[in-house]
Amino acid sequence: MIIATVIALMVVMLLALARALIGPSIFDRILAVNLFGTKTVLLIAVLGFLFEQPDFMDIALVYALINFISVIGVLHYFEYNGPERNQGSP
Amino acid sequence: MELFIDMMLLSMLAVTALAIAYLKDLFAVVMLAGIYGLLSASLFATMDAVDVAFTEAAVGAGIFPLLMLVALSITGRYERSRRVSWVALALVSIVGILLIIGTVDMPPFGSPDAPAHTHVAPRYIEQSGEEIGIPNIVTSVLASYRAFDTFGEVAVVFVAGVSVLALLGMAPGDSRHGTDRSLNSMRQHKVLRVVSKILIPPIMLFALYVQFHGEYGPGGGFQAGVIFAAAIILYSILFGVGATKKAINQGLVRFLAAFGLLLYGITGVLSLLTGENYLGYNGFAETATNAQHIGILVIELGVGITVAAIMIVIFVTFSDRLNIQEKR
Amino acid sequence: MMWFLDIASALFLGIGSLLMLTGAVGVLRFPDFYTRMHAAGVTETLAAALILVGLMPQAASGLMFSKLFLILLLILLTSPTSGHALAKAAIHSRLKPQLGQTTVEPLATDTGVS
Repeated sequence: MIIATVIALMVVMLLALARALIGPSIFDRILAVNLFGTKTVLLIAVLGFLFEQPDFMDIALVYALINFISVIGVLHYFEYNGPERNQGSP
Repeated sequence: MELFIDMMLLSMLAVTALAIAYLKDLFAVVMLAGIYGLLSASLFATMDAVDVAFTEAAVGAGIFPLLMLVALSITGRYERSRRVSWVALALVSIVGILLIIGTVDMPPFGSPDAPAHTHVAPRYIEQSGEEIGIPNIVTSVLASYRAFDTFGEVAVVFVAGVSVLALLGMAPGDSRHGTDRSLNSMRQHKVLRVVSKILIPPIMLFALYVQFHGEYGPGGGFQAGVIFAAAIILYSILFGVGATKKAINQGLVRFLAAFGLLLYGITGVLSLLTGENYLGYNGFAETATNAQHIGILVIELGVGITVAAIMIVIFVTFSDRLNIQEKR
Repeated sequence: MMWFLDIASALFLGIGSLLMLTGAVGVLRFPDFYTRMHAAGVTETLAAALILVGLMPQAASGLMFSKLFLILLLILLTSPTSGHALAKAAIHSRLKPQLGQTTVEPLATDTGVS
């Protein structure tokens, strides 16, 4: 069952990556990165069980924190620049 | 099973790298760089390199996109399109092909005959238990056998912070004229402010845990410093740079950045005074393992202090520059 | 007792994986950002919590169990917050949600009173 969870996690990461590559607006990409981060947390925790290493839980804890902080940081960037600078064209 | 995981992660890594090279929207590139950092950290975790995965998670997926985004706020968001240079493409392809031909002669991945595994590494792995006596061999190599290299790394971090201050820093009088636009907008985010107030103390506590637990599990000075700085950066994002400067005196932070490096160097000089080599800790206590523990503890503390202080300095300097630019 | 724990763990892991997959397919196929946020919210919070709860009965030691519990608490606290912050930032950046038709077409049997 853990192996099935790992396969499911891989598929979800693939789909999130697809959304990050396609996503027309920037918020789609931020959503995809946030999703990817949560899945990485779960992947590390499950891999810790698979390889029987309790140290992996520390890494998963750090990922969860860092994921949250980086999403908040990205949104702060948007608050700063406002909508005008964001819809500019290349 | 591991082969499947490795293949999936590596192919996602390749796709992400190609997309990073192709996209012109630098913001999307930063987001994809965050995904790249997470994928690299997962790869390191599957290869059982726990310390490296830890650092890659904290730095590559957390601090790096944050700092890049602040830099993007100061410069521009889109990359200017350039014409393709065929000469450059040909040169890069030739060098790449030569490199790939060069790898044919190398021993297979992970083989025990590879030069990286035959000279010094077996000695460290076998002798680390008796000579140093801590379970985490990575920390013992980093902080005791190769302490001088780590000294150089901390010096590099310190020099990076000093360079940022030299390039972007302002006289103390200038920063008072900048407006803190973030205060107006972040005032509406009651949910975020409450949740962050709940989270910041546990994050700092976790940074302390990682710092002092680095001898027994993954962790150490670098990771702890980055996590601590992440907590301060979270506070600064939500409550404004002005509030951060009031809460934590910037002069103290700059002093601490230098102090950590100084602590590291002084430990080396003290070891010279006890008759050992520079950064050989055996003279600090009665038994060798106790002395090594003391030495490793002190220098990891120095590393953690410097890394945390430098990250805070860099972020606050960038934000100050951003405030000034917006005001103009 | 052990087989009960194993079955409970497998059940939670299975449901969590299923919810994760449906959420990810939703993120890929939904037409608009705000609808994708709905799908992502399911997989981020609920599926992650179920998978972590499913891992708990198989924890080898009390230390591992408490670390899993900490990760669970953290995810329950931060995932809804980041989703909320994301949607709020999108609204403030005037990303328009794609609304459907709101007019009701008159039925063929209406007697002329619209």
